[in-house]
Amino acid sequence: MTLTPLLLSRLQFAFTITFHIIFPSFTIGLAAWLTVLEALHLLTGRAAYRQVFEFWLKIFGVAFGLGVVSGVVMAFQFGSNWSELARMSGPIQGPLLSYETFTAFALEAGFLGVLLFGRRRVAPSFYLFSTAMVALGTMFSAFWIMVNNSWMQVPVGYVIQGGSFVPNDWAKIIFSPIVWVRFPHMLLAAFLTGAVCVAATGAWYMLQRRFADEARIMLAMGLYCAAVLLPVQLVFGHLNGDYIHHYQPTKFAAVEGRWRDEQPASEVLLALPDPRSESNHYSISVPVLGSLVGSMSFTSKEVGLTDYPPRDRPPVLIPFFAFRIMVGCWVIMLLVAWVGSYLNRMKRIEQRRAVLWATFLSFPLPFIATITGWFTAEVGRQPWTVYGVLRTADAVTPFLTTRAAMISLLVFCTIYSFIFAFGVFYIYRLLRAGPGVFPVLAPAATSSRPMSVSQAELDRRPAQAVAEQES
Amino acid sequence: MILFWVAILAISVLLYVLLDGMDLGVGILFGVTRDEARRRAMMGAVAPIWDGNETWLVVTGVVLWGAFPIVYATLLSAFYLPLLVMLAGLILRGVAFEFRQKTLRMRWLWNLSFAAGSLLAAFIQGLMVGALVKGLPISHGRYAGSELGWLSPFAIWCGIGLTLGYALLGACWLVRKCEAEVRDAAYRLIPSLSVALVAFLIIVFAVALHDHLLVMNRWLERPYLFIFPLIALFAAIRLALSVRQRRDGPPIFMAALTFGCAFGTLAISFWPYMIPFSITIAAAAAPHASLAFMFWGAGLFVFPLMLIYTATSLRVFRGKVIASPEPY
Repeated sequence: MTLTPLLLSRLQFAFTITFHIIFPSFTIGLAAWLTVLEALHLLTGRAAYRQVFEFWLKIFGVAFGLGVVSGVVMAFQFGSNWSELARMSGPIQGPLLSYETFTAFALEAGFLGVLLFGRRRVAPSFYLFSTAMVALGTMFSAFWIMVNNSWMQVPVGYVIQGGSFVPNDWAKIIFSPIVWVRFPHMLLAAFLTGAVCVAATGAWYMLQRRFADEARIMLAMGLYCAAVLLPVQLVFGHLNGDYIHHYQPTKFAAVEGRWRDEQPASEVLLALPDPRSESNHYSISVPVLGSLVGSMSFTSKEVGLTDYPPRDRPPVLIPFFAFRIMVGCWVIMLLVAWVGSYLNRMKRIEQRRAVLWATFLSFPLPFIATITGWFTAEVGRQPWTVYGVLRTADAVTPFLTTRAAMISLLVFCTIYSFIFAFGVFYIYRLLRAGPGVFPVLAPAATSSRPMSVSQAELDRRPAQAVAEQES
Repeated sequence: MILFWVAILAISVLLYVLLDGMDLGVGILFGVTRDEARRRAMMGAVAPIWDGNETWLVVTGVVLWGAFPIVYATLLSAFYLPLLVMLAGLILRGVAFEFRQKTLRMRWLWNLSFAAGSLLAAFIQGLMVGALVKGLPISHGRYAGSELGWLSPFAIWCGIGLTLGYALLGACWLVRKCEAEVRDAAYRLIPSLSVALVAFLIIVFAVALHDHLLVMNRWLERPYLFIFPLIALFAAIRLALSVRQRRDGPPIFMAALTFGCAFGTLAISFWPYMIPFSITIAAAAAPHASLAFMFWGAGLFVFPLMLIYTATSLRVFRGKVIASPEPY
């Protein structure tokens, strides 16, 4: 495989966006959960809710900051590496991303200051309102991003004029049915990420027999939330499959590992697809199930990849395996959430250390599921950037050199690994320190924006505490 | 509609330059300060606002893409490497705000990333403006230069000039926000920074004359442009007087006014071009359907909200930064 500017740009986009999505998917869920916690605290007056809130707010701050920094890069990358896409689709994607920035900026920025430092300056109800507005801001942000990406998956409401996509029906673009199955799918993924991480933290503390009150709240809320949302996610996952089946037959065939037309089609559970021989090795498949999954029928004909010339097919291995990993994560999370919820309901979970361990160790699963889900969607869309209209090879900056693309890829990899390592390490230290180490009342304002949330707290901590953490 | 989005873009760029210029400047001065207590105070003076300031860069980016996609595509792809360096600088300095406070052993690292990141970002921004003024090689609406086609002595001088300018903004901000040693040190820096800045402006002007830059003709064709240097002169005098009288408030406004004048001069001498002198505003503008869609929501309602938010946040954190006790 030769290193071309196209390949390097694709790698760079994949790397930077994969890095970025980790943080928003975590903070969207957390922001919603913080709103619920604050409401519960106001309703019940129970102090533990407040402790849990203050604790997760710190973690929210660090994760939000990393999301912001890695998001800035995204705003420029479309132009630097994909200038032909930027030029052609700017009239549609530009306004959508403008709405994303504008609405997120107005809501998140406006109310985050209150959330982080305004506890003593505003009425409790207004504080709750601010928390809700930050959560709403993160969801708006996700919404516009999903509208934008859905347009690239299934372009609608445009005409091509003078070499660019000119919008002629914004309602069609925003209210595209694709948006309304993909946006909930992403939103649920974010909620599940928050829920599983919170439950895992609760399980971790319970295993260590620390912070009993807070741990119980985290474990119960996280597990119940996941137990309810996971089946709903299956429904939206299926609806996503339907749109892909309808609009993107090549992606569907790649995910299914189906090379030739079949009637009725079998479903490949596991296999090693081989693009060279256009067949699967070591295939485990169930007859007829493929037609059922694809068309809800026992007799339907399902399309195979060989119906399309090789230049119109996506790479098969990545969507095929990414999809199966995503589903696998879903199955494990469902098991953990249902068994855990049942035991928690029966008040037996604290004795079942194996279940606690399973809950704790499941924290990477929602992240893996989100990332592999996106791999399925984005790699499966290939060889198109705008499906069926603009090829990825035609979207890349035409005069980009291999050397420049190589340099930028290396620089982003280095910097991101560097800040990711430290960011995760600092979040781990916050988690290890646990709730209650921080004063419940936020100190007077020193910062309104996320990157310095816990700075004020740490400033007030005695030297020994920091020295201890250093070791 | 096109004019509306030109105005929004101009406001966003100007706000970005003034606001982030200020905290990038503080970052640059941070690099030449050794004392830990002073460094803490300097960071404290920008910590509450830097993130909001930087958001104006993202706003600029997306407005450019939505309203003037050709300019967005051309400029960002032309400035591939400088953009990379600028983003790297901005990331490194951004995380330093959070990470620096979390460690003693590794603090030197985040000090370095804060100062170097700020310096790099400032220099590159100046360099890109310089390259734009000098004129990029463009044919058929696409960048036609090499990887380093933007590089010229003129662009480098502009990079150094903007770095000095940002440092001046930073010093004026510190004078307003800090007390005691930090303020005094900033006061001592302002005169030399100003003199250096003027010297660089003269150099830039001389290089522009020597190279017969097209932009010079603009200035001769449009003599009313000289109103801006006059206002800048007035601002500089006010600045000098306030510094001499040690009045903490006015310098930042006077420095900002000077910057505004420089910005106005550039903007009007580019007019009606967006990338001088090859792509005009009219040619770059997105179709009406795109501009109108943005206008009726983001432009008309959300943008004023964002301005109000920026003003409010500056107001909430007005006054001197209270130095927190040194905990280590």
